[in-house]
Amino acid sequence: MIEVIDAERCTACDICVNVCPTNVFDKTDGIPRIARQGDCQTCFLCELYCPEDALFVSPFADTPQQLDVVALKEAEVLGSYRRAVGWTDESRHLRDADRSYRLFGH
Amino acid sequence: MTIPSSRAERLSSSAGSVVFDADVLVLGGGPAGTWAAISAAEHGARVVLADKGFCGTSGATAAAGTGVWYVDPAPERREAAMASREKLGGHLQDRRWMARVLDRTYAQSNQLADWGYPYPVDEDGKPQRNSLQGPEYMRLMRKRTKQAGVTILDHSPALELLVDGSGVVAGATGLRRQKGDRWTVNAKAVVIATGGCAFLSKTLGSNVLTGDGYLLAAEAGAEFTSMEFSNAYAISPAFGSVTKTLFYSWASFTDEQGSVIPGASSKGGRSVIARALRKGAVYAQLDEADAETQKHMRVSQPNFFLPFDRTGIDPFTQRFPITLRLEGTVRGTGGLRILDDSCATTVPGLYAAGDAATRELICGGFTGGGSHNAAWAMSSGYWAGQGAAEFAQQLGVTVGRQVFRRGTVGLRSRSGRPLQGGALAQSIQGEVFPYELNYFREAGRLGQSLSRLDALWSDASVADAPGEQELLRAREAAAMLATARWMYRSALARQESRGMHRRDDYPEQDDRYLHYVTTGGLDEVWTSARPLPSLQYAEAAE
Ligand SMILES: Cc1cc2nc3c(=O)[nH]c(=O)nc-3n(C[C@H](O)[C@H](O)[C@H](O)COP(=O)(O)OP(=O)(O)OC[C@H]3O[C@@H](n4cnc5c(N)ncnc54)[C@H](O)[C@@H]3O)c2cc1C
Ligand code: SF4
Ligand code: SF4
Repeated sequence: MIEVIDAERCTACDICVNVCPTNVFDKTDGIPRIARQGDCQTCFLCELYCPEDALFVSPFADTPQQLDVVALKEAEVLGSYRRAVGWTDESRHLRDADRSYRLFGH
Repeated sequence: MTIPSSRAERLSSSAGSVVFDADVLVLGGGPAGTWAAISAAEHGARVVLADKGFCGTSGATAAAGTGVWYVDPAPERREAAMASREKLGGHLQDRRWMARVLDRTYAQSNQLADWGYPYPVDEDGKPQRNSLQGPEYMRLMRKRTKQAGVTILDHSPALELLVDGSGVVAGATGLRRQKGDRWTVNAKAVVIATGGCAFLSKTLGSNVLTGDGYLLAAEAGAEFTSMEFSNAYAISPAFGSVTKTLFYSWASFTDEQGSVIPGASSKGGRSVIARALRKGAVYAQLDEADAETQKHMRVSQPNFFLPFDRTGIDPFTQRFPITLRLEGTVRGTGGLRILDDSCATTVPGLYAAGDAATRELICGGFTGGGSHNAAWAMSSGYWAGQGAAEFAQQLGVTVGRQVFRRGTVGLRSRSGRPLQGGALAQSIQGEVFPYELNYFREAGRLGQSLSRLDALWSDASVADAPGEQELLRAREAAAMLATARWMYRSALARQESRGMHRRDDYPEQDDRYLHYVTTGGLDEVWTSARPLPSLQYAEAAE
């Protein structure tokens, strides 16, 4: 489930509010609010679309977690999915790195 | 800015609602819906596409990504591709449809390359087009849909269909949940591309998929088929949502004590896992993947590794607990019955595509993984969009035609007691999640579950419409309930095991059941047997 909006990084662009398929966030005058955490389907897509690496989706789909934001940032976990699929400037070369064709038919 | 004349027209925006006039309305913005919208626009229609979530991130493909049934057009390759799954599907496929889906999918995939999809290139410099990264693919599809002149309504779940006095579909209406008002689209034809029903099981990307389009279509009189092939379950880490099963073919499966579970495997041994899970915890470890394979896995499916990297588990060297999450008709077969090559349903003006439509034509009784779904979404989307555009053209001018709302459960008020969508959804999950009810079926258990589901339906159908905030939940629950009843009635009707449908009381395939099961109805659910097209022709020739 979505756990973290890092207030230091978030620029209140509201992209996450728009893209979340299950409408988990609400707009505010400032940074968005996780308004319906229980509706989160743990799809990781808000995190992928956040241009500031300000979001963290915990992999636990059914239970909320207590997380240490500072430790997450130190471990560079925020934004790791974006980097892995090639959606950051420094990882663009990964966009066509799919090797599924070598794995199908196993 | 000049608005292209091919755009759908926004008629008025009085407080509380926005109204559009269009030729074709597409419900759902996954691959099937976006291909349908682009195709309808290319065939000259003014198109509106309404999605429950955000077109581009919503639905099963956007979150998960898909292997695609992309096969070189060489005849022997095609033949092998068609033959490979006929036994698995219980011989319910239709070769003519398989061939046309292969052709269409080949064309659409190549179209994606022309549009700039970053397909990988292999060591010999040959592009490889049998896999699509979900977010990348659907971001591109949103862009192309907009460029085709389609008006996209995001966060705009459809609630009910509109029909004219003779029962021809005339549009739909729904919520704009982030704007707090309603939308109505008057249209000459509608494409249902709302995906399957995964019963809010949190299988990757599928909580928007609650069978809404089935309910809307059934309220207008549509029929379903192959709904008994609806018990797809997928492996995920026990705590997580990532139900991607391909990599579990490199896994070993063990019990609490660490002993290997005999027969357990991702392919052909998933029912063993289900049985083991009923007794206790089951663990997996991807210990059969060598270093080279591990490397390919990482770059091919980054989302597969999120649950592991974020919990500090190394899935190749450590075992982790797994579960099976229900994917229902998302990776099942059943859906709206399709009448002809244009993907028309049994209701005039109503078309269906993707998971919302039956996949029996190419998958028979077994869908699961294996790229057919993605191929079906592309090709049925293309045909449904074209079919809807042509229907709209033939219909001509419809100005001033009277339209009626077809919505029922959750939208009316009769009893003074509002429908509790959340509670109802939980009760339905109690009937469709348990392996002993849905995975391993048996007449007594199915019958008892059906009487509970029928009772829930009676209650729900007299309940009052809840407040605006709870309306979507209520309609989603009603759709899940209707879906569960079509599934289990069809499952009772098929007294054999075939494809993914398994009956404890009829463990063998029985050729008296080499036919399709059609179903439908709301208050009264009915089923009937329908012959395969090949057998129909044979009979006619006699
Ligand atoms: C984890 C996972 C892995 C998969 N892997 C593969 C694979 O490798 N190969 C393969 O072929 N298939 C695979 N599938 C199946 C594949 O994802 C689906 O077949 C495909 O997404 C179907 O496309 P669709 O457009 O019909 O539905 P979806 O992509 O699910 O889109 C349906 C859309 O309808 C919208 N919607 C729902 N209700 C409403 C409403 N009331 N009003 C408006 N809009 C609505 C939803 O928001 C959603 O955007 C996988 C599925 C899952 C869950
Ligand atoms: S997308 Fe990221 S930066 Fe934008 S509002 Fe959301 S959290 Fe903040
Ligand atoms: S993980 Fe998915 S469902 Fe959860 S908040 Fe992010 S986008 Fe929404």
